[in-house]
Amino acid sequence: MSAVAATTERTRRVRTRTGLTATIVAVIASVLAFALQGLGLNDKVPAGLVVYGVAFAVLALGGWYAVRRLARDADPVLYPTAVLLGGLGLAMLFRLMGARNHPEFATEQAVWLAIGLGVLVATLALVRDVRQLDAYTYTIGLAGVALLLLPIVPGIGTEINGARLWINLGFITFQPAEAGRILIVIFLASYLGQRRELLAAGVGRFGLPRAKDLGPILLAWGASLLVLFLERDMGASLLLFGVFIVMLWVATGRWAYLVLGLVLFAIGAYVGYLAFSHVQVRVDAWLHAMDPNKVADEGYQLSQGWFALASGGMVGTGLGLGSPTLIPYVGSDFILAAFGEELGMLGVAAVLLLYLVVVGRGLRIAVERHDNFEKLLAVGVTTVLGLQVFVIAAGVLRLIPLTGVPLPLVSYGGTSRVASAVAIALLLRTSAGPYFRKRRMRTTTKEADTQVDV
Amino acid sequence: MDRQIRRLGIAFVALFAVLFAQVAYVQVVAADRIAAEPANAPREIKAEYAVERGQILAANRTTVLAESKPNQDPASAYKYLRDYPTGELWGQLTGYYSRIYGRTGLEQAMNPYLSGTAPEFATQNLTDIILGRPKRGGTVITTLVPRVQATARKALGSHQGAVVAVDPSNGDILAMYSNPGFDPNTLSSGSDQQIEKAWQSLISDPEKPLVSHAFQDLYLPGSTFKTITASAALENNWPPTKTWKNPHHLELPQTDTHIENFGDELCAGGASEVTMEEAFAESCNVTFAEIGMALGADKMTAQAQAYGLCRIAPVEGEAAPCLNDTIPFILPWETGRFPEASYFDNNEPALARSSIGLDNDLLNPLHIALIASAIANGGTLYDPRLVTEVRDATTGQPITTFDPKDYGHPLTSTSAAELRQMMVGVVEHGTATLAQIPGVTVAGKTGTSANLHGPPNAWFTAFAPAGPSQTATIAVGVIVLDGGYLGNEATGGQVAAPIAKQVIESYLRQG
Repeated sequence: MSAVAATTERTRRVRTRTGLTATIVAVIASVLAFALQGLGLNDKVPAGLVVYGVAFAVLALGGWYAVRRLARDADPVLYPTAVLLGGLGLAMLFRLMGARNHPEFATEQAVWLAIGLGVLVATLALVRDVRQLDAYTYTIGLAGVALLLLPIVPGIGTEINGARLWINLGFITFQPAEAGRILIVIFLASYLGQRRELLAAGVGRFGLPRAKDLGPILLAWGASLLVLFLERDMGASLLLFGVFIVMLWVATGRWAYLVLGLVLFAIGAYVGYLAFSHVQVRVDAWLHAMDPNKVADEGYQLSQGWFALASGGMVGTGLGLGSPTLIPYVGSDFILAAFGEELGMLGVAAVLLLYLVVVGRGLRIAVERHDNFEKLLAVGVTTVLGLQVFVIAAGVLRLIPLTGVPLPLVSYGGTSRVASAVAIALLLRTSAGPYFRKRRMRTTTKEADTQVDV
Repeated sequence: MDRQIRRLGIAFVALFAVLFAQVAYVQVVAADRIAAEPANAPREIKAEYAVERGQILAANRTTVLAESKPNQDPASAYKYLRDYPTGELWGQLTGYYSRIYGRTGLEQAMNPYLSGTAPEFATQNLTDIILGRPKRGGTVITTLVPRVQATARKALGSHQGAVVAVDPSNGDILAMYSNPGFDPNTLSSGSDQQIEKAWQSLISDPEKPLVSHAFQDLYLPGSTFKTITASAALENNWPPTKTWKNPHHLELPQTDTHIENFGDELCAGGASEVTMEEAFAESCNVTFAEIGMALGADKMTAQAQAYGLCRIAPVEGEAAPCLNDTIPFILPWETGRFPEASYFDNNEPALARSSIGLDNDLLNPLHIALIASAIANGGTLYDPRLVTEVRDATTGQPITTFDPKDYGHPLTSTSAAELRQMMVGVVEHGTATLAQIPGVTVAGKTGTSANLHGPPNAWFTAFAPAGPSQTATIAVGVIVLDGGYLGNEATGGQVAAPIAKQVIESYLRQG
């Protein structure tokens, strides 16, 4: 008992030190990036550097302290990694919006990042035990579907760039799909956690699931297609179906689901290609972005992204010294190309590695937890983040057709930031375990220590 | 479940590995090819405009011909703008640096140095990155002398034409002005619409201000070509005192045409014989047609080629393309032209006309100034040099230097000395007395060539000081198109020689 307690205490101290050091490093790197973009852009240190630096440090370290208080045994790496991604993204947004003479858009994103931090802390404070969420399987599921389909509602749904994924409430415009996706992941973790044995056991002929067990997968497929058809949002549709298939496979361990999922995905993608001209345009642009007759037209955004990356080379032009603003929507979909141009291959690799760290920690949390719901929740949240990074990065790199999804924590977009903060908060809470239980245990531990020492 | 989660981890690593591989492909492996796509031009131009492009300086290293100034418009995409402080004075040499129409002149020829991308800048750029200094292009130092250029412009006045001044000792271009010129500022700064408008007016101007008469156009050289015929004669050991028959008209074989002297005058007062030096001073066509025919096509073409005139197979009514490479120059230029020997087979009249700068002979002021320089320096033909060195803008350290290069030796020093004496005669008692400068011996040769479109073009080439033991410091080539102020009555001696005189004076007075 005492040995275990001592180990726990030592582990906690090490974790605290690691987390704090990493957070400080993340703050320094973020503020440095902010200073450098100003130097590169205007040959002088940005005017608000001190205010920005202090605010960033106070919020990031305050957030770290709140996390430590609310989720003492939380993974120590996740939070600093998220801070660094947010800080780097913010510096890049100040650089991009500064060049376009709209620094206020970047300031707005800084506020959103702070709001995201607040939401992260609030989530940790409200959700003292993730398993609380397990009790509201269908309520959460319905809420998720409702949010997903909200943009279709006439009057509040708004179409931007051919995709109907925004809702406009008059005072604020946001993408409910981002939030809906998280709720659906919680629902799936809960649903699959309860049904996994049933779904895994039921095997019909050829190792395929029985017809009655096909219900959920067909339903998810239908929902994904609905999102594609009604909202014309390829990215959201792909992510939704992708995370569902992955969670189903992890829960059941049955390859048949994965294969079936891929087949259904292929069918869906093909039907989508035939049915929608905007999907055809995307595919055509992906394949022929560099053709001389398309490079300035359909292929413009993709070719400009490639040009930015190629111009950046190994080490990049330096922050503020390239021309990433030539790329349309560089702040949202194409921010990775901006990193590529100004920080080079090394910069892009660094950003991608940070995401790989998030994915790695998320899956590690899933392995370490013993509760099915917690495991599946960690897997789902991690998969949503990782898949989202892959889909947009591969789109920008022209490995797959471009689907406009933001780079989590980095891209322009308030909803995305808040949704990512909730996702990180859920991972932190899952890794830390229930708050009240830990607290009680700590008291016991202290008593135990005292007893042994005496 | 844990097994699947671990497999999921491996799957993610694999997905990200694919991303890394593609990043390496786009950013390193194929980067140069992708970045060089024409559609990437706006990014490359913007990157260029973000660097403080190097200055172009005169030989005195203080007069600025071109420089980059910070853009005062904060909303502009371009950090620096190119400025040419003296407008059109140097326009055809600096060329323009336009974000819409590209680069010409030195801006193009020296671009890797001006933009700091030449390989010589590698260490400097690295130092700049380490020290956090902004990248700056190199300073290009030219051979140009502002007061000579200004005198050339003033002397030409409103007349179309060009003046070139060369240092005979090394081929350095001291001045090279052509009227009309253009102001490169109009193509380098301003809104896109302003630049496009300026461009339209420049390319639709019938006087073609973007093309320099000094080195980018060609004209019949007329009697200035007699310097080459005389060189061939001297190299053939026919001394200046050798006498030649002096008929009023030279009847040409194979035809019923003849060659007559300028204005159908009598050479040497109508004496039955005339020396080459006297015929040179008076610019007698008859005599030099005789000399050319006596030398033969092989010797004439060999001498013209030795002076760097390229071989051509003549084409009716236009300047035929060169069949061989000749004198190199940092700016795109037209070298003089002379027909290949086979053109004169069974065509004696053509050889006679070619010996006096007619038929298919072509020269421009730069080329004739180089020929005069070779005569002046004792027989060495130098490549024209416009840039002497490039220096680092921050440290002032030399980055690269361009040494003088000789192209060849078209004549011996003995022949050069004899020809120099003949050219002195032209100025002292021949056709170019208006080029005399008190206290300075000037050597020269006039030319007046027919012009299909109007009054004749007036030529003059000269060098000074040209006394027997003196070293010439300046050689000039002048052309005034369409007769200048004299119109149909124009001669090289009256219209072009006074301009050369002013330019030489301006250089020698303070030189």
